Amino acid sequence: MASIANTPLAARSSIPRLLMVTLVSVCLLAGSFYLYQISQPVFGAILLALSAGFAIIFGANRFYGARFIFPGIAAVLVFIAFPVIYTIYIGFTNYSSFNLLTYERTVEVLTSRSSIDKTTEQPFAVARDGESYRIWLPESGLLSAPVSLIGADSVALSPAAKPTDVLPRRDAIKLRAGLQALKLTTPDGGIIENAGLRTFATVVPDYTRTGPDELTKSDGAVLTADHSTGFFIDQNGEQVPPGWRVNIGLDNFTRIFQSEGIRQPMVSVFLWTFFFAISSVVLTFALGLTLAVILQWPHLRFKAVYRVLLILPYAVPGFISILVFRGLFNQNFGEINLILEALFGIRPNWFSDGNLARTMVLIVNTWLGYPYMMLLAMGFLQSVPEDHKKAAALEGAGALRVFFTITLPQIIPPFLPLLIASFAFNFNNLVLIFLLTRGLPDIPGTIIPAGETDILASFTYRLAFDNAGQQFGLAGAITLLIFLVVAAISYANFVAMRRAALRRSGKA
Amino acid sequence: MIVERPRDLLIKKILAHGFMILFLILILFPFLMVFSISIREGNFSVGSIIPKNPTLEHWWLAFGLDYVRADGTIVEPPYPVLLWMWNSIKIGLISGFGVLAIATISAYAFSRIRIKGKSAMLDGLFLIQMFPTTLALVAIYAIFDALGEVTPIMGLNSHVSLVVIYLAGVTLHIWTIKGYFDSIDTALDKAAAIDGATPWQTFRHIFLPLAVPIMSVVFVLAFIGFINDYPIASVLIRSEDKMTLAVGSRLYLNEFKYLWGDFAAAAILSGLPITVVFLIAQKYLVSGLSDGAVKG
Repeated sequence: MASIANTPLAARSSIPRLLMVTLVSVCLLAGSFYLYQISQPVFGAILLALSAGFAIIFGANRFYGARFIFPGIAAVLVFIAFPVIYTIYIGFTNYSSFNLLTYERTVEVLTSRSSIDKTTEQPFAVARDGESYRIWLPESGLLSAPVSLIGADSVALSPAAKPTDVLPRRDAIKLRAGLQALKLTTPDGGIIENAGLRTFATVVPDYTRTGPDELTKSDGAVLTADHSTGFFIDQNGEQVPPGWRVNIGLDNFTRIFQSEGIRQPMVSVFLWTFFFAISSVVLTFALGLTLAVILQWPHLRFKAVYRVLLILPYAVPGFISILVFRGLFNQNFGEINLILEALFGIRPNWFSDGNLARTMVLIVNTWLGYPYMMLLAMGFLQSVPEDHKKAAALEGAGALRVFFTITLPQIIPPFLPLLIASFAFNFNNLVLIFLLTRGLPDIPGTIIPAGETDILASFTYRLAFDNAGQQFGLAGAITLLIFLVVAAISYANFVAMRRAALRRSGKA
Repeated sequence: MIVERPRDLLIKKILAHGFMILFLILILFPFLMVFSISIREGNFSVGSIIPKNPTLEHWWLAFGLDYVRADGTIVEPPYPVLLWMWNSIKIGLISGFGVLAIATISAYAFSRIRIKGKSAMLDGLFLIQMFPTTLALVAIYAIFDALGEVTPIMGLNSHVSLVVIYLAGVTLHIWTIKGYFDSIDTALDKAAAIDGATPWQTFRHIFLPLAVPIMSVVFVLAFIGFINDYPIASVLIRSEDKMTLAVGSRLYLNEFKYLWGDFAAAAILSGLPITVVFLIAQKYLVSGLSDGAVKG
């Protein structure tokens, strides 16, 4: 039936559609080819797969249904699933600021380096030739072709007599920028460059490629490529930077588990992450539920006002409130210490003492998170039948007892998936840690940056994007460990959701 | 409720209100402070909580205007707050509408169109959704670094890249909208099919108008989420004029250049519109929240 209805429509509109599909596919193909050319074959392949998928699903009529979900699925696969897999892959490489490039690019960088041969230094002078200049080398009696001395340039030298209009030294120095970018070719094919204020000299490349995995240095030393570490090494085994990216297997994981300077902070960060996430959930849940119960009390007036004011912390953009707290907690100019000093005469250093910093993180996160729990609890509390409570009260149970034996057991099951989600959210609450403390204060005696308030997510972020190290590889390896935890949480949540759904459908 | 003695009830009421008011004072303290700081002289808090010589200097600067002090010195705004705000709103709106379009269409397909492997895909989406993009930042950085070699539009420091990566955050919203579509009577689409409507027409003329309430919830949630995003934007955006509010605001409280007063004014200016939108929408948001959305 549906296919009969489809046919005329499909026939009517298929040509412009096919043209569009072709156009988009060709653009994607061109992009993927380009990515392949600049030696990014993985990204190229993904773009290729994307264009193929696009062409098939939008080109062929039999995939009509899949057209609806293609954009969503493609976005999720390319920008969530692939980055996750790619991050894990990076965990098995030595990708970092020391090993940033591909092998070919590293060789290019090394062979393009050159240095000046001091023994060939000879003085020079600049002569004016109309609008442009000529370089005169008196020792070898060579004169260059006219050159503008603006930007990089390369001209030939030829034997000639001393030019007439030679500039004084002072004026020649003013042309420094142009001179430094100039390359002169001698009649026998050598290249000489500006070597100082007064001289030009022959330039020799530092390295020449003498074999597939071999570079020869200008002094005759031979470097061989070591593809297990991603560096060129000389005869003494010394590494010559820059290195390139190679697969190093489990080395990053070995480092994490065996290097004392990494393992110790890792364990500390790991424990704190769990403690932080669990405490955040417990604190926000307890506070939110308490407030919700009070707000549900039928005798309470001004409920609407209280409700709006209580939600306020949730309504303000998180990054703003976190930064506000960063200022308020400041040890010297913070308003919180101002008040604490006036009242109790104390001035806690919230940012430099580990335990105080962790307390502060929890206080701020509770402030940020309780309204969400309160809103949810208010919804769930309404679904608890009033009769049950009344019956219990008639039997002589106090308010607290009614709450703990009747109300709480009824709202916990539907709450569970949301509590797990909240745990997962806090487990990776990078924004809070990053804007509030940046993970500081640092744990003393570590070889990688790790702080007392760092959670795993902020710890990896700092490894990858902070400081000079940019240890993408190590960060990727730690991310894999986080993924394992997150996968366990998300599976637990999945099961909890299933159960909640089953219970709901069982009731209906 | 069970009858209670009036005296007990009164005490309980006083206790409840007392607790609420004390708690609110504690909770709202930061807001009052920020306002007071924004009209206080200078960028360090010294002295009183209630400012002695209120000044609008920080507010002028937040609006991007030069401020002339009483002694004639001219203060220039430290950062382009309004530009950041515009960047945030622009990116939030575009990504919000993009996510809405993708999520609604996918949700309809997942709810009504027969596709092979649908339930496996849905379960997959749910599991993937639990992996925050934040964790794959290294890979995201590498991906856009490489794409930037093809075209700078898709490279680092580009708003287009940011929107594209935000569009991937549709999974949760697909679930929310699908739940809503599942509750719509299937008699509606059968009737449409008998009248000869294609699935697309059924979606366009029947489901889309019905979904407006849930779509507004999803849009507001998505919009607020994008405005609040810090990690992705901080990795992708580098130059000051491209920054979003969340990335830029951090510059104010640098250890070496601590602009507490300027920050307070800028924070109120930029936080207020979002807060108001949220408070207006919150009644409708609660239902969306209980489906598992967590605001960033």
